Amino acid sequence: MGEVAAALALVAVAVGISRWRGAGLESDIVIAVVRSFVQLTAIGFVITAIFDQDTLLLVVVLLSVMVVFGAFTARTRAREVPDALRPLIIALALSAVATLGLVLALGIFPATPRYLVPVGGMVIGNAMTASAVALNRLGDEMHSDAARVEATLALGATSRVAAAPSVRRALRSGTITLVDSTKTTGLIFFPGTMVGMLLAGADPTDAVRLQLILLYVLLGAVAISALTATSLAYRNFFTPAHQLRDTGGASGPDSANGQAGGAIG
Amino acid sequence: MLFELERVSLRRGGKPVLTDLSVRLPDGLNAIVGPSGSGKSTLLRLLDRLSDPDSGTVRYRGTDARELDPLRLRREVALVPQLPALLDGTVAGNLRFAAEIGGREPDVAHLLEVGGLDASFATRDVARLSVGEQQRVMIARALASEPRVLLLDEPTSALDERARDSIEATILDLHHRIGASIVVVTHDIAQASRLADWVAKIERGRLVGQGTIAEVLA
Repeated sequence: MGEVAAALALVAVAVGISRWRGAGLESDIVIAVVRSFVQLTAIGFVITAIFDQDTLLLVVVLLSVMVVFGAFTARTRAREVPDALRPLIIALALSAVATLGLVLALGIFPATPRYLVPVGGMVIGNAMTASAVALNRLGDEMHSDAARVEATLALGATSRVAAAPSVRRALRSGTITLVDSTKTTGLIFFPGTMVGMLLAGADPTDAVRLQLILLYVLLGAVAISALTATSLAYRNFFTPAHQLRDTGGASGPDSANGQAGGAIG
Repeated sequence: MLFELERVSLRRGGKPVLTDLSVRLPDGLNAIVGPSGSGKSTLLRLLDRLSDPDSGTVRYRGTDARELDPLRLRREVALVPQLPALLDGTVAGNLRFAAEIGGREPDVAHLLEVGGLDASFATRDVARLSVGEQQRVMIARALASEPRVLLLDEPTSALDERARDSIEATILDLHHRIGASIVVVTHDIAQASRLADWVAKIERGRLVGQGTIAEVLA
């Protein structure tokens, strides 16, 4: 634990910079440090217990809890999307089941807690981030583009067709970060798994091999989660009669001068 | 009767937008007039089922609009919003998109012509058009599904006098050439008298008069 305590010196630097430049992040940094310490320590004990029990049931329970917490966390970034929780839970669960199922089916990792817990955690974590970014963008798009969406509905288009440009941009937003980081990995930065293995003394070739597997698995997970979340969540902006719901946004229906239904002419 | 609204009321954000409104709009050239904020645009959206009333009934050719397939209704009753809202891309791309939705073969040249645009507009990027030109593309796009009724929300509000006269001439020409019934929302009583034979006048979401131009606007 001495090394962990020593690393806190850099947290002090971060707090100092925040105070010096008036960023107002001091309390957030302290909370983040305390939470990360408590959460990681707790999950360390949980993972140890799961490894000791060596049963897949506990893995499923742990990953299910992570899906639910991840969905609640992502929802805070998707406030503009009505009833975002259900699409998020389905998106995270589906990406975890699909990617882990494929990984096991292809024999990439054995079906043991030692592999499923860390890989599942990474999959759900990245799926959460991608879904949150995608739905955040979807909410912004559906409000800023409400006029165009409703003009398309007025042509007799279904809500799926009317929302398609917004859904496409949201999906792109959710996946582009990991795609870009995958493009630059090894050139501009070394990803965490590889760094961890190298620090632990692993052979660089083994570290690279595992990192590549994880990157490709995560790309699939991120694409599945962003696609599922956007494909389900856009429906919540419409009624069954293909009408744009009034979600209270600035440019939503009946909000302003005739545009996007705005209106009280 | 083309449209009948019977005791229609609608609230938004707790505020009444339309109150106990009963309006009849016959086939032909109609205008809904009233000052800004009177509920005209909301009324137009009810006719296209882009919104439903909290109470009361909207009938299209005698049938309750809620009993009609909204997609089929909108392909038969096309609404052009107040401000242009085209899809990214070319004029022809927008026209083809609308025609495909309506299940029609796109005749870009014909649509441009009835919208008052020459053939050179087909390949132009919609982002590079003036507001007046975009509004013409919106009208041409609405015609792509060969509607029987055209709903126009303040079609000239963003245009100068010359462009306004040109659009008005196009609207009248459309009615005479394709036989479509037209409902125009406008705050401009003079425009209503130029474009319509039948007028419904509303203020603060309530009907204050309906009938021929001479009866209502005299």
